[in-house]
Amino acid sequence: MSILIDEKTRIIVQGLTSEKATFHAKDMIAAGSNIVGGVVPGKGGRTHIGLPVFNTVKEAVREVGAEASITFVAPAFAADAIMECADAGLKLVCSITDGIPAQDMMRVKRYLMRYPKEKRTMMVGPNCAGIISPGKAMLGIMPPHIYMRGSVGVISRSGTLGYEAAAQMKALGIGITTSVGIGGDPINGSSFLDHLALFNNDDETEAVLMIGEIGGPQEAEAAAWVKDNMTKPVVGFVAGLTAPKGRRMGHAGAIISAAGDSAAEKAEIMRSFGLTVAPSPSEFGATMAQVLAKSQASHRVSA
Amino acid sequence: MDIHEYQAKQLLAQYGVAVAPGAVAFTPEQAVYVATELGGSRWAVKAQIHSGARGKAGGIKLCSHYKEVRQAAQDLIGKRLVTTQNAPDGQPVQRVYIEVATPYEKEFYLGFVLDRKAERVRVIASKHGGMEIEEIVKTDPNAVIQIVVEPAVGLQAFQAREIAFQLGLNIKQVARATTTILGAYRAFRDCDALMLEINPLVLTVDDNILALDAKMSFDDNALFRRPNIAAMHDSSQQDPREAQAAEHNLNYIGLDGEIGCIVNGAGLAMATMDMIKHAGGSPANFLDVGGGASPERVATAFRLVLSDENVKSVLVNIFAGINRCDWVAEGVVQAVKETEIKVPLVVRLAGTNVEAGRKIIKESGIPIISAETLGEAAAKAVAACRDYKASHAAAQ
Repeated sequence: MSILIDEKTRIIVQGLTSEKATFHAKDMIAAGSNIVGGVVPGKGGRTHIGLPVFNTVKEAVREVGAEASITFVAPAFAADAIMECADAGLKLVCSITDGIPAQDMMRVKRYLMRYPKEKRTMMVGPNCAGIISPGKAMLGIMPPHIYMRGSVGVISRSGTLGYEAAAQMKALGIGITTSVGIGGDPINGSSFLDHLALFNNDDETEAVLMIGEIGGPQEAEAAAWVKDNMTKPVVGFVAGLTAPKGRRMGHAGAIISAAGDSAAEKAEIMRSFGLTVAPSPSEFGATMAQVLAKSQASHRVSA
Repeated sequence: MDIHEYQAKQLLAQYGVAVAPGAVAFTPEQAVYVATELGGSRWAVKAQIHSGARGKAGGIKLCSHYKEVRQAAQDLIGKRLVTTQNAPDGQPVQRVYIEVATPYEKEFYLGFVLDRKAERVRVIASKHGGMEIEEIVKTDPNAVIQIVVEPAVGLQAFQAREIAFQLGLNIKQVARATTTILGAYRAFRDCDALMLEINPLVLTVDDNILALDAKMSFDDNALFRRPNIAAMHDSSQQDPREAQAAEHNLNYIGLDGEIGCIVNGAGLAMATMDMIKHAGGSPANFLDVGGGASPERVATAFRLVLSDENVKSVLVNIFAGINRCDWVAEGVVQAVKETEIKVPLVVRLAGTNVEAGRKIIKESGIPIISAETLGEAAAKAVAACRDYKASHAAAQ
């Protein structure tokens, strides 16, 4: 198992005919993704890199049974593209776009809430590297060769720090069920908590690594949820220990503006809720190896 | 993006928020002219910088004569004003705002923020104005009024009235406060603000509700559709290196450490800084060169990092995803040749085409210290920094 996507998930690419989307669509197909078409308003009826192009997401659902979408759409039109997916009833939409206005995301989140929970579209991103279930499928822009299939779930706000974690774990022979980039914006489509809940129910996932950063309340919310609900060990990390207060560190959402926003505070909250915090960003792999060894040992005892 | 007080007031006035008569001046002569044009007998001369706590720093002067207005403007313009909220060397005052001083009876706090937890706009008000909201929350939490706005319909009049009544206003004053609160909300929404603070909002002796100060911050991601806001940008208020970086579309934040950092990705850039600290060093800057680190971008990044005299070693940390290590390596080699780097350089490459990248670095003949992992890179950069300082101390 894996979460969110596997080799069967029927994927469409919004904005498929652009150079960037074409490049990544080919990469995704090579990584095993079942891409069934693209959506580009005004270019419906064409075929691009062997894939049918549709004018609307609803058409793609009707014609090729689309279930998930990855949106390569400019910031000004990104919110619209995401809401179109929700309206067409897709299960999942991943937005790579960096630069979506925060008030647009506020409206997108409100729009997603229109649907009852069981029919609600799961949104991942924006401003993220996407999702990969190694060896099965990729709905993102990451380099697939650094990932190895295995038993750890990864959730990260940062793209490159997610790569760093994957590489460190691979070097120690630890693989990944699914890695999710939730993005660096102040308002995310989905949070650490949403994906922790999915990993908790995923049979193949034995442990989860969550990589947060400064700014916003979601690491603390997720940590509290872990204490009360999570049956699997969670390793945490928060980037930005050396970040000054009040400065936006590259990501729109990475800014210390309120109490509880700093890396030190978040790491302390994680510890207090029973997460194992990696002592430095060069020890994601080593910390996970220790946690897995401990968890497997206790399983042997209980068995 | 932040704007000046006078710009925020001009904007708010367009949305029906009452402000005192005022105008901006760039010279003492203009200041006197503005005061005579405005009329009245008392004026506030206010330094325009992108920082709060200007009053306590001596940036706001009350004047009752034109001579005093001239003197106040002369004292402020051309100086750097250091407040408790800005950099140690302050920010330059290039303009002052002259406003007719208005007697008032009460001060209130009114603020709007994009609340990340609620993922909605939150309105915050208090009958305690003139002090920072964090202070009010600490001293009298019951006096903090909060309302969350439903994004589908926006702030409603009844919500604004509820706030106004809770501020203890009478019915006539409530009507004016409601106009102010709704107007300020529309300005926030229509201009893609992230923060709007009117502190203090005052009740004047003749029952008017007036914004005595105004602070607004906008969503950089929305400036593409707010050209009127983007035009208010004042780069003099930024660190000059950050302004220069922004021109090249690089994300740079200057710090006071000794190890310059050039990294791709915001999260990895922060983690690299953390790793340097962990290894016993101090980062000189945050710099995210972004996904497509072309040779030109890398060269610009080098120039920027090396313009900081505190830098004693440089750490380049690239985890190539979309971009390729061999391209980045070519960029580094080209940049080193162009910029005549004198301090030691540590390069860590990982990801796509890493072998080819390392080969280019090795065969370039440039004395670059290579590292394979993040931990190794930070340790080597810290050691190189220490050695560089030791050899320079010995040379002198």
